[in-house]
Amino acid sequence: MAKVAYQKLTDHSAFFWGLLAFHVLVIAAGLSAALYMEEHGHIVTGMSNQIVWGTPHVFAVFLIVAASGALNVASFSSVFNRLAYKPYARLSGVLAIALLIGGLAVLVLDLGRPDRLIVAMTTYNFRSIFAWNIYLYMGFIAVVVLYLFVMMDRRISRSATPTKFVGGFAFFWRFALTTGTGSIFGFLIARDAYSSAIMAVLFIAASFLYGLAFTVLVLMTMGRETRQELISEDMLHKFRGLFILFAQAVLYLTAVFHLTKLYAPQYRDVEAFLLRDGGIYTLTFWIGQIWLGLILPLTILVFFGRGRDAWRSMAISAPFFLIGGIAQMYFTIIGGQAYPLQLFPGMEVSSSFQDGVAAQYWPSLPEILLGLSGVSISMLLTGIALKILPFLPHPAEA
Amino acid sequence: MTKGKPIDGGRRAFLKAAAAMTATLLAPGVTLYAMGEAAAAETAPASSKVRWGLLIDAGKCKDGCYACIAACSKAFGWQSTGHPETDPQWVRKVTAKDPRTGAGFSVPVMCQHCANPPCVDVCPTGASFKRADGIVLVDRHICIGCRYCMMACPYKARSFVHEPLKDQKPDAPRGKGTVEGCTLCASRIDAGGVPHCVEACKAKGAAAILFGNLNDPSSEIAKRIATYRTTRIRPDLGCDTGVYYTNI
Repeated sequence: MAKVAYQKLTDHSAFFWGLLAFHVLVIAAGLSAALYMEEHGHIVTGMSNQIVWGTPHVFAVFLIVAASGALNVASFSSVFNRLAYKPYARLSGVLAIALLIGGLAVLVLDLGRPDRLIVAMTTYNFRSIFAWNIYLYMGFIAVVVLYLFVMMDRRISRSATPTKFVGGFAFFWRFALTTGTGSIFGFLIARDAYSSAIMAVLFIAASFLYGLAFTVLVLMTMGRETRQELISEDMLHKFRGLFILFAQAVLYLTAVFHLTKLYAPQYRDVEAFLLRDGGIYTLTFWIGQIWLGLILPLTILVFFGRGRDAWRSMAISAPFFLIGGIAQMYFTIIGGQAYPLQLFPGMEVSSSFQDGVAAQYWPSLPEILLGLSGVSISMLLTGIALKILPFLPHPAEA
Repeated sequence: MTKGKPIDGGRRAFLKAAAAMTATLLAPGVTLYAMGEAAAAETAPASSKVRWGLLIDAGKCKDGCYACIAACSKAFGWQSTGHPETDPQWVRKVTAKDPRTGAGFSVPVMCQHCANPPCVDVCPTGASFKRADGIVLVDRHICIGCRYCMMACPYKARSFVHEPLKDQKPDAPRGKGTVEGCTLCASRIDAGGVPHCVEACKAKGAAAILFGNLNDPSSEIAKRIATYRTTRIRPDLGCDTGVYYTNI
């Protein structure tokens, strides 16, 4: 087997510095937005007592889900022994950590009392899936750092066993993490839009898709920086196959999720709201998640993804998968809250507290900036990591 | 030896001042100690032998009467700031109507003080907690403002403080960026009183809200629940709420 070579970024173009500067600016805007929210309270956001989780949570959950998926490429290489994926294993680990940190930063900065982060880190209620997630997230970072170490250390990486062992553990951990994230919603008995165990599985399928989309996009962008194609033709086809598989899985599980809910009469009203009468949320689902986020990129990859167009079709599809991911989270998190709680099922209900009314929500600028800054934190961390250590593959000169 | 020497005025003044200071420092302690027995009742841990609850009679709750809400708002200092979407409401009147028959009712809805509270289960820090006597509260010192409890509560009983607070009640501190809700007036109950809403409703002559110990078969509330048909909001969710309704 040919030895896999890696490289770090050394010779920087204006494009690279431009990208970093852009992300620094977005992060600065996001941090200012968080300070503004902290100073004035959440009144300056679109969130309310009806829509208690807003745009920051959409981005945070999206990034956390994508983080666990980003690790897949590494898992393919060391757990399933697919050597073709080995050149991308290091990057996959770095991306997993960076995306998770980006997501968590947004989640923390949106807290009503972000200054009490230390309380969240020291006072636990172990009945809460949130508290479990704090361990799952911190543990994930630790496990992936260890994984990167055994992959990269010269002496340890001579034997395949440590990589396989730690890789296997990381693989298990990533499943637990995504299950935990999906369960944040799945365990809510109060919300008719959620309360389904399929939520966790759906989140796992989605994580594969979004994680891979981030990996492919970073490889394509950094290929410009290294002035050589980082994804070989052979790998382009492998990634294409995976995209098609994962997108189909998300479509299938989304269909199962909604069909099983439609089967139960008690959930028909909420499904009618989400899939037909929910206005912006219905549009987000059908146009954002299903058409733009899944069917369009799937069509591009299936019909135009071969031969000479392979690279371009991937470059177009991957951002659409990510847009679909944001739409999925928006629909799930905000649409799910917009449907009113059923205090007296079957009755028409009204109150001064917007009972019985579908909630309205418009994200404010600070929220959007905070959410976007999570993506930028992930990308900036990745960029810096790629500069410091040889995480990127170094394809043999043709 | 000191004979003939003038008295040291400075030392005398010092001793006087020291004695006065000692008395000043000791007095509150002694007073507290003396009043300790009364205070002990208020600081004693809540007992699991008791389960506090409410019985709300929709038949007696008058349309257009908001006495319970006004009393709660006045006691705890939450009020409308002109932002209905974000203003806190610890208790609200919910009007329900059967779309087929047109029959309906209007009742106050507040924290239902569940025996199995979803808000307590999901709270990552344990800020949402249930006392042994069934009262569900938020410890605002460790609430991080994540709002997961609001996502989990089936009764929409909790509010998030969206704005900076002014003119707070000294005995009911609240906090921007934390979550709050009905406390069942726990401190009043601990002092042997009844919740503000119960008192205000009675003062209005309606007496639609009955407060008492659900675990004590001889209490008025337990007797009524044992005699008349009552219901609870969403009993199917298994939260085992402490607020009962009748005539709905």
